Amino acid sequence: MKVLVTVMPKAGVLDPQGKAIGHALEGLGFAGVGEVRAGKVIELELAETDAAKAKQAAEEMARKLLANTVIESFRVEIA
Amino acid sequence: MRAGLVLFPGTNRERDMALALQRATGRKPAMLWHRDTELPAGTDLVVLPGGFSYGDYLRCGAMAAQSPIMRAVRDFAARGGHVLGVCNGFQMLTEAGLLPGALLRNASLRFLSMDCHMRVERADTPFTHRFRPGQVFRSTMAHGDGNYFADAATLDRLEGEGLVALRYATPEGAVTEAANRNGSARNIAGILSPNLRVLGLMPHPENQVDPLIDGTDGLPLFESVAETFAETA
Repeated sequence: MKVLVTVMPKAGVLDPQGKAIGHALEGLGFAGVGEVRAGKVIELELAETDAAKAKQAAEEMARKLLANTVIESFRVEIA
Repeated sequence: MRAGLVLFPGTNRERDMALALQRATGRKPAMLWHRDTELPAGTDLVVLPGGFSYGDYLRCGAMAAQSPIMRAVRDFAARGGHVLGVCNGFQMLTEAGLLPGALLRNASLRFLSMDCHMRVERADTPFTHRFRPGQVFRSTMAHGDGNYFADAATLDRLEGEGLVALRYATPEGAVTEAANRNGSARNIAGILSPNLRVLGLMPHPENQVDPLIDGTDGLPLFESVAETFAETA
Protein backbone atom coordinates (compact mmCIF):
# COMPACT_ATOMS: atom_id res chain seq x y z
CA MET A 1 0.00 0.00 0.00
CA LYS A 2 1.38 3.38 -0.98
CA VAL A 3 1.34 6.07 1.69
CA LEU A 4 2.25 9.72 1.21
CA VAL A 5 3.73 11.69 4.09
CA THR A 6 3.71 15.45 3.52
CA VAL A 7 6.10 17.36 5.75
CA MET A 8 5.73 21.15 5.99
CA PRO A 9 7.43 23.85 8.04
CA LYS A 10 5.15 24.72 10.95
CA ALA A 11 3.26 27.98 10.94
CA GLY A 12 5.50 30.56 12.61
CA VAL A 13 8.71 28.83 11.51
CA LEU A 14 10.63 30.97 9.06
CA ASP A 15 10.68 29.34 5.62
CA PRO A 16 13.35 31.19 3.66
CA GLN A 17 13.18 28.61 0.87
CA GLY A 18 9.47 29.30 0.37
CA LYS A 19 10.18 33.03 0.41
CA ALA A 20 12.90 32.65 -2.23
CA ILE A 21 10.57 30.62 -4.45
CA GLY A 22 7.92 33.33 -4.05
CA HIS A 23 10.40 36.03 -5.10
CA ALA A 24 11.45 33.95 -8.12
CA LEU A 25 7.82 33.49 -9.20
CA GLU A 26 7.33 37.24 -8.89
CA GLY A 27 10.46 37.75 -11.01
CA LEU A 28 8.98 35.50 -13.69
CA GLY A 29 5.95 37.76 -13.86
CA PHE A 30 3.41 35.59 -12.03
CA ALA A 31 1.07 38.02 -10.33
CA GLY A 32 -1.03 37.43 -7.26
CA VAL A 33 1.17 34.84 -5.55
CA GLY A 34 0.79 35.19 -1.79
CA GLU A 35 2.81 33.32 0.80
CA VAL A 36 4.79 30.35 -0.52
CA ARG A 37 5.77 27.50 1.81
CA ALA A 38 8.10 24.70 0.72
CA GLY A 39 8.00 21.24 2.27
CA LYS A 40 8.58 17.70 1.10
CA VAL A 41 6.60 14.60 0.23
CA ILE A 42 7.86 11.16 1.20
CA GLU A 43 6.31 8.17 -0.57
CA LEU A 44 6.27 4.93 1.37
CA GLU A 45 5.44 1.51 -0.03
CA LEU A 46 4.11 -0.45 2.95
CA ALA A 47 3.40 -4.18 3.16
CA GLU A 48 0.39 -3.44 5.36
CA THR A 49 -2.94 -3.91 3.54
CA ASP A 50 -5.23 -2.35 6.14
CA ALA A 51 -5.47 1.39 5.40
CA ALA A 52 -6.05 2.46 9.00
CA LYS A 53 -3.08 0.42 10.23
CA ALA A 54 -0.87 1.68 7.40
CA LYS A 55 -1.78 5.26 8.26
CA GLN A 56 -1.04 4.66 11.92
CA ALA A 57 2.35 3.13 11.11
CA ALA A 58 3.27 6.02 8.80
CA GLU A 59 2.28 8.52 11.48
CA GLU A 60 4.62 6.85 13.92
CA MET A 61 7.41 6.92 11.30
CA ALA A 62 6.75 10.62 10.77
CA ARG A 63 6.89 11.38 14.48
CA LYS A 64 10.10 9.39 14.98
CA LEU A 65 12.05 10.32 11.89
CA LEU A 66 10.37 11.77 8.80
CA ALA A 67 9.37 15.05 10.45
CA ASN A 68 11.05 17.05 13.19
CA THR A 69 7.97 18.13 15.10
CA VAL A 70 9.88 21.02 16.69
CA ILE A 71 9.82 22.76 13.32
CA GLU A 72 7.62 20.68 11.01
CA SER A 73 4.07 19.40 10.82
CA PHE A 74 3.07 16.35 8.79
CA ARG A 75 0.07 14.84 7.09
CA VAL A 76 -0.36 11.19 6.13
CA GLU A 77 -2.54 10.07 3.22
CA ILE A 78 -3.16 6.72 1.64
CA ALA A 79 -2.30 7.16 -2.03
CA MET B 1 40.76 13.00 30.07
CA ARG B 2 39.47 10.22 27.87
CA ALA B 3 37.59 11.66 24.92
CA GLY B 4 35.80 9.73 22.22
CA LEU B 5 35.17 11.26 18.81
CA VAL B 6 32.30 9.80 16.82
CA LEU B 7 32.67 9.39 13.07
CA PHE B 8 29.69 9.14 10.78
CA PRO B 9 29.76 8.74 7.01
CA GLY B 10 30.27 12.33 5.88
CA THR B 11 31.96 13.61 9.04
CA ASN B 12 34.88 15.78 7.94
CA ARG B 13 36.10 17.79 10.94
CA GLU B 14 37.28 14.93 13.13
CA ARG B 15 40.99 15.48 12.55
CA ASP B 16 40.91 19.14 13.58
CA MET B 17 38.81 18.22 16.59
CA ALA B 18 41.24 15.43 17.53
CA LEU B 19 44.18 17.85 17.34
CA ALA B 20 42.35 20.40 19.50
CA LEU B 21 41.56 17.76 22.13
CA GLN B 22 45.10 16.41 22.03
CA ARG B 23 46.56 19.88 22.40
CA ALA B 24 44.42 20.59 25.46
CA THR B 25 44.61 17.18 27.13
CA GLY B 26 47.88 15.67 25.91
CA ARG B 27 46.00 12.54 24.95
CA LYS B 28 44.68 11.38 21.61
CA PRO B 29 40.93 10.88 21.59
CA ALA B 30 39.51 7.49 20.67
CA MET B 31 37.91 7.40 17.24
CA LEU B 32 34.49 5.78 17.46
CA TRP B 33 32.35 4.55 14.59
CA HIS B 34 28.66 5.26 14.15
CA ARG B 35 27.88 1.54 14.14
CA ASP B 36 29.51 0.98 17.53
CA THR B 37 26.91 0.14 20.15
CA GLU B 38 28.91 1.13 23.20
CA LEU B 39 31.46 3.69 24.28
CA PRO B 40 34.92 2.61 25.49
CA ALA B 41 34.99 2.06 29.26
CA GLY B 42 36.13 5.16 31.12
CA THR B 43 35.03 7.66 28.48
CA ASP B 44 34.80 11.15 30.02
CA LEU B 45 33.73 13.15 27.00
CA VAL B 46 31.98 12.29 23.75
CA VAL B 47 32.49 14.70 20.89
CA LEU B 48 30.28 14.85 17.81
CA PRO B 49 32.38 16.76 15.27
CA GLY B 50 31.27 18.75 12.24
CA GLY B 51 30.68 17.61 8.71
CA PHE B 52 27.82 16.52 6.54
CA SER B 53 26.79 13.20 8.04
CA TYR B 54 24.73 11.11 5.64
CA GLY B 55 24.91 13.94 3.11
CA ASP B 56 22.49 15.99 5.25
CA TYR B 57 19.72 13.74 3.90
CA LEU B 58 16.22 14.38 5.25
CA ARG B 59 17.46 17.01 7.75
CA CYS B 60 20.97 17.83 8.96
CA GLY B 61 21.85 15.35 11.70
CA ALA B 62 18.56 13.42 11.43
CA MET B 63 20.10 10.17 10.19
CA ALA B 64 23.08 10.36 12.53
CA ALA B 65 20.71 10.85 15.48
CA GLN B 66 19.20 7.43 14.73
CA SER B 67 22.51 5.57 14.39
CA PRO B 68 23.47 2.79 16.84
CA ILE B 69 26.11 4.79 18.70
CA MET B 70 23.67 7.57 19.48
CA ARG B 71 21.76 5.22 21.76
CA ALA B 72 24.98 4.79 23.75
CA VAL B 73 25.58 8.55 23.69
CA ARG B 74 22.04 9.18 24.97
CA ASP B 75 22.55 6.70 27.83
CA PHE B 76 25.94 8.27 28.57
CA ALA B 77 24.37 11.75 28.77
CA ALA B 78 21.53 10.41 30.93
CA ARG B 79 24.13 9.06 33.37
CA GLY B 80 25.67 12.56 33.57
CA GLY B 81 28.30 12.12 30.86
CA HIS B 82 29.78 15.14 29.09
CA VAL B 83 28.96 15.61 25.39
CA LEU B 84 30.18 18.30 23.00
CA GLY B 85 28.53 18.76 19.61
CA VAL B 86 30.00 21.19 17.10
CA CYS B 87 28.23 22.27 13.91
CA ASN B 88 26.75 19.06 12.48
CA GLY B 89 27.27 17.63 15.98
CA PHE B 90 25.00 20.36 17.43
CA GLN B 91 22.41 19.50 14.79
CA MET B 92 22.64 15.83 15.84
CA LEU B 93 22.16 16.74 19.50
CA THR B 94 18.93 18.60 18.73
CA GLU B 95 17.71 15.82 16.42
CA ALA B 96 18.49 13.26 19.12
CA GLY B 97 16.54 15.29 21.67
CA LEU B 98 19.61 15.87 23.87
CA LEU B 99 19.24 19.62 23.40
CA PRO B 100 16.03 21.52 22.64
CA GLY B 101 15.17 23.40 19.45
CA ALA B 102 16.38 22.88 15.91
CA LEU B 103 18.81 24.36 13.40
CA LEU B 104 17.03 25.79 10.37
CA ARG B 105 18.41 26.88 7.02
CA ASN B 106 20.36 30.12 7.41
CA ALA B 107 17.96 33.05 7.09
CA SER B 108 19.95 34.32 4.10
CA LEU B 109 19.67 30.88 2.43
CA ARG B 110 23.43 31.10 1.90
CA PHE B 111 26.08 28.73 3.16
CA LEU B 112 28.12 30.91 5.50
CA SER B 113 31.86 30.30 5.68
CA MET B 114 33.40 33.16 7.61
CA ASP B 115 34.78 34.41 10.89
CA CYS B 116 32.33 35.18 13.66
CA HIS B 117 32.57 36.33 17.25
CA MET B 118 30.84 34.81 20.24
CA ARG B 119 30.19 36.26 23.67
CA VAL B 120 30.53 33.85 26.57
CA GLU B 121 27.25 33.99 28.50
CA ARG B 122 28.18 31.29 31.01
CA ALA B 123 31.78 31.05 32.17
CA ASP B 124 31.04 28.63 35.00
CA THR B 125 30.45 25.43 33.04
CA PRO B 126 32.66 22.40 32.33
CA PHE B 127 33.19 23.74 28.80
CA THR B 128 33.71 27.45 29.43
CA HIS B 129 35.31 28.10 32.83
CA ARG B 130 38.63 29.11 31.27
CA PHE B 131 36.90 32.08 29.63
CA ARG B 132 35.99 35.26 31.52
CA PRO B 133 32.26 36.00 31.84
CA GLY B 134 31.29 38.15 28.88
CA GLN B 135 34.55 37.42 27.08
CA VAL B 136 34.31 37.65 23.30
CA PHE B 137 36.28 35.22 21.20
CA ARG B 138 36.73 34.80 17.49
CA SER B 139 35.77 31.61 15.75
CA THR B 140 34.74 30.34 12.34
CA MET B 141 31.34 29.38 11.05
CA ALA B 142 30.89 27.04 8.09
CA HIS B 143 27.31 25.93 7.78
CA GLY B 144 24.16 26.13 5.70
CA ASP B 145 21.79 25.28 8.53
CA GLY B 146 22.82 27.13 11.67
CA ASN B 147 19.76 29.26 12.29
CA TYR B 148 18.83 28.28 15.84
CA PHE B 149 15.09 27.98 16.34
CA ALA B 150 12.94 27.11 19.35
CA ASP B 151 9.47 28.24 20.32
CA ALA B 152 9.17 31.30 22.57
CA ALA B 153 8.47 29.22 25.71
CA THR B 154 11.61 27.12 25.13
CA LEU B 155 13.73 30.21 24.47
CA ASP B 156 12.42 31.83 27.67
CA ARG B 157 13.19 28.66 29.62
CA LEU B 158 16.74 28.50 28.19
CA GLU B 159 17.31 32.13 29.11
CA GLY B 160 15.66 31.80 32.51
CA GLU B 161 17.71 28.75 33.44
CA GLY B 162 20.92 30.27 32.10
CA LEU B 163 21.40 27.60 29.46
CA VAL B 164 22.47 29.93 26.66
CA ALA B 165 26.24 29.40 26.63
CA LEU B 166 27.28 31.54 23.68
CA ARG B 167 25.78 34.32 21.60
CA TYR B 168 26.85 35.83 18.28
CA ALA B 169 28.21 39.29 18.97
CA THR B 170 30.39 42.01 17.52
CA PRO B 171 34.11 41.86 18.39
CA GLU B 172 33.28 44.43 21.09
CA GLY B 173 30.64 42.15 22.59
CA ALA B 174 27.45 43.85 21.38
CA VAL B 175 24.69 41.36 20.58
CA THR B 176 23.39 42.87 17.34
CA GLU B 177 21.38 41.70 14.36
CA ALA B 178 24.34 42.35 12.08
CA ALA B 179 26.52 39.99 14.15
CA ASN B 180 23.86 37.28 13.86
CA ARG B 181 24.63 36.19 10.30
CA ASN B 182 22.57 33.00 10.23
CA GLY B 183 19.47 34.54 11.80
CA SER B 184 19.49 32.53 15.05
CA ALA B 185 16.80 33.25 17.63
CA ARG B 186 18.17 35.72 20.19
CA ASN B 187 21.65 35.44 18.62
CA ILE B 188 22.07 31.99 20.13
CA ALA B 189 25.26 30.26 19.01
CA GLY B 190 25.48 27.57 21.69
CA ILE B 191 23.25 26.04 24.36
CA LEU B 192 23.67 23.75 27.36
CA SER B 193 21.65 20.94 28.89
CA PRO B 194 20.15 21.63 32.34
CA ASN B 195 23.06 19.79 34.05
CA LEU B 196 25.52 21.90 31.96
CA ARG B 197 27.21 18.74 30.69
CA VAL B 198 25.96 18.76 27.11
CA LEU B 199 27.06 21.69 24.95
CA GLY B 200 26.10 22.25 21.33
CA LEU B 201 27.41 25.12 19.22
CA MET B 202 27.50 25.91 15.51
CA PRO B 203 30.91 27.64 15.09
CA HIS B 204 34.20 25.72 15.13
CA PRO B 205 36.40 26.57 18.13
CA GLU B 206 38.70 23.71 17.05
CA ASN B 207 39.83 25.98 14.19
CA GLN B 208 41.60 28.32 16.63
CA VAL B 209 43.85 26.20 18.83
CA ASP B 210 47.28 26.76 17.28
CA PRO B 211 49.21 30.07 17.41
CA LEU B 212 50.67 29.28 13.98
CA ILE B 213 47.29 28.63 12.37
CA ASP B 214 44.70 31.34 13.00
CA GLY B 215 45.44 31.87 16.70
CA THR B 216 44.22 30.27 19.89
CA ASP B 217 40.87 31.95 20.57
CA GLY B 218 39.09 28.59 20.76
CA LEU B 219 41.63 26.89 23.00
CA PRO B 220 40.04 27.90 26.36
CA LEU B 221 37.01 25.77 25.51
CA PHE B 222 39.16 22.64 25.19
CA GLU B 223 41.32 23.61 28.18
CA SER B 224 38.16 24.05 30.24
CA VAL B 225 36.94 20.57 29.52
CA ALA B 226 40.44 19.13 29.95
CA GLU B 227 40.69 20.76 33.37
CA THR B 228 37.26 19.44 34.31
CA PHE B 229 38.76 15.96 33.97
CA ALA B 230 42.30 16.80 35.05
CA GLU B 231 42.21 14.13 37.75
CA THR B 232 41.60 11.39 35.18
CA ALA B 233 44.24 12.68 32.74
